Amino acid sequence: MKDPMHPTPLRVLIIGATSAIAGAVARRYAARGARLALLGRREDALQANAADLRVRGAAEVAIDVLDLLDTERHAEVLERAWDRWGGIDVLLLAHGVLPEQHAAELSVGLTLASFDSNARSVLALLTDLATRFERQGCGVIGVISSPAAQRGRASNYVYGAAKAAVSNFCSGLRHRLFSKGVRVLTILPGFVDTPMTAGFAKGPLWATPELVARDIERALDSKNGTLYTPWFWRPIMTLVIHLPQALFLRSKL
Amino acid sequence: MGGAVTIWSDVGSWGGLQRSAHRIEPLSDRTRLSLRAGAASPGLAYGNGRSYGDVCLNPGGLLWKTRNLDRFISFDPATGQLECEAGVLLDEIIAMVLPQGWFLPVTPGTRFVTVGGAIANDVHGKNHHHAGSFGEHVLALSLLRSDGQRLECNGTQQADLLRASIGGLGLTGVIVSAKLQLRRVGGPWLDTETTVFDGLDAFFALSGAAEQGCEYNVAWIDCLHGSRGVFFRANHGAGGGTAPPQRQRDLRFTPPLSLINTASLRLFNAAYFRCHAARQGASRQAWAPFFYPLDGILHWNRIYGPQGFYQYQCVIPRAAERSATPELLAAISASGMGSFLAVLKTFGTREPAGLLSFPMAGTTLALDFPHQGERTLALFERLDAIVVAAGGRLYPAKDARMSRAMFESGQPRLAEFLPYRDPGMSSAMSRRLLGS
Repeated sequence: MKDPMHPTPLRVLIIGATSAIAGAVARRYAARGARLALLGRREDALQANAADLRVRGAAEVAIDVLDLLDTERHAEVLERAWDRWGGIDVLLLAHGVLPEQHAAELSVGLTLASFDSNARSVLALLTDLATRFERQGCGVIGVISSPAAQRGRASNYVYGAAKAAVSNFCSGLRHRLFSKGVRVLTILPGFVDTPMTAGFAKGPLWATPELVARDIERALDSKNGTLYTPWFWRPIMTLVIHLPQALFLRSKL
Repeated sequence: MGGAVTIWSDVGSWGGLQRSAHRIEPLSDRTRLSLRAGAASPGLAYGNGRSYGDVCLNPGGLLWKTRNLDRFISFDPATGQLECEAGVLLDEIIAMVLPQGWFLPVTPGTRFVTVGGAIANDVHGKNHHHAGSFGEHVLALSLLRSDGQRLECNGTQQADLLRASIGGLGLTGVIVSAKLQLRRVGGPWLDTETTVFDGLDAFFALSGAAEQGCEYNVAWIDCLHGSRGVFFRANHGAGGGTAPPQRQRDLRFTPPLSLINTASLRLFNAAYFRCHAARQGASRQAWAPFFYPLDGILHWNRIYGPQGFYQYQCVIPRAAERSATPELLAAISASGMGSFLAVLKTFGTREPAGLLSFPMAGTTLALDFPHQGERTLALFERLDAIVVAAGGRLYPAKDARMSRAMFESGQPRLAEFLPYRDPGMSSAMSRRLLGS
């Protein structure tokens, strides 16, 4: 299966590759015959995904094992991933942990742990990789942030604040890399039915990882800026962001 | 993260007869699975919920959802051997293998079932006389037992457990992955031939002739109008290319009443018959509309309204098929109840793949009935009597109400099966038909 847009197979690096959304995106690239590098913490889970992607048509699948909290080791592993195929066309950063909000409110440790996994590790990875992309002069960086980043709300501001750091960082990176021919896509998925959200009651606003992955793949192909997926989160969050303070403070959001 | 989170949720099956609260544990990572269950609080694997009755339900108890176990493990395009996790849909397999010249060796009437479900119910298709049931093509499976054992079953190792798990109704353990032997095809097309017939003798004559030269054959019958019907036979055609995607509509809501009643049924059946009578003869069809006409309407089961529906599928052994089949049709016709989906086909003489497999040499009849309370159940009692007298049995994947006595009389190898049960697995059906 050849990708008509890319005569040599696309080089895709996915960080946090065992997350449900990343997994669904990886399958779409595999069906296009891309080369995929999967980076994550657990080797056996990465191997299982790699086998699946090979069957689904990936030209090549490599895995890199890395505990993303271990920022000391980032440079070495990223170097290897980058050099394997002499560069990367598509980067997707997809790892994240949803902390239990009420527990985090009472715990400095949990709050900072959420920052470590959702923000600190992302900023570290992006700092290293952005320079490589800048030197390469082409490619796209997709980062999964969250609509929760758009306005701090009582129900999930610990998670939201970490994601806000990521969104803000990506905005600056996009500005910096625009003139270098590198796009930076901030991805804001709404409610997605994944193992991370297994404990939530599902309603009509929930989307499948497959649907979100389709939006992400399309946006990575051509867009620069912020992607809400599914699309209806853009009007919803516009309302939430602009809700007057007097009303907002009395709401249950 | 799989298995760590526990939530309660209302779960039903395709017939829509009941929805009840279940404790849900999604399984998603085959490298670290554990089943927290035992005889005191048993669980059950739940795939895509396409079985009709209660074989996939464990009301008030634990369900392991397997849809996230959806990875392929290996595929060899030279031999057609595919290994995948149990939550992979047949739909996903076709999408991956058909462009490489392979197809499912046996397929049921919907492609939206999981591999695990297809094995546990030992599903069959329109080519039973040619290829047997789905289980015949299972080379190996990996079974997780509630005591924590992971057992690899194949033709030489744990072969008895493999035979028990094929058609084992999910009671021998959770199927984690399976290795299947696919079959070669030239492309996405089928060469089909449509013939209308009047009377069961004509059906048996057509069916007998088709079994010689055609891989697939099946008939639709008008259950309200004597026994006129339409006979379809087909073979995989040569010629590659890609078929156009199947048009998919969705019945987005459940109507307040069943749209299937005697009046609408008469109209539908007459129109369906005339439409096919006008288009008799040979034609070329794409795989999706041929094998899966109903998959073109997502949630078609909602047409039966909030009360849901039963599907009654029985098999009558060869010796009695010519006497008992007309009796069944007469009883249904006299009741005035019935469905647009009335399917008649013959099964060939094959060694059953599993200890509790449904198919046997003879004729199988399948009909949907809107749930109209006592009236519907009374009709089933009359049909049961005919099936039992003929030495036949009912298909557990479709059943929600047969008696324990009927199950026992139809399953001569039940005693052989029981020792292979996992004490940590139980379903509404197993409690109804096996007592636990």
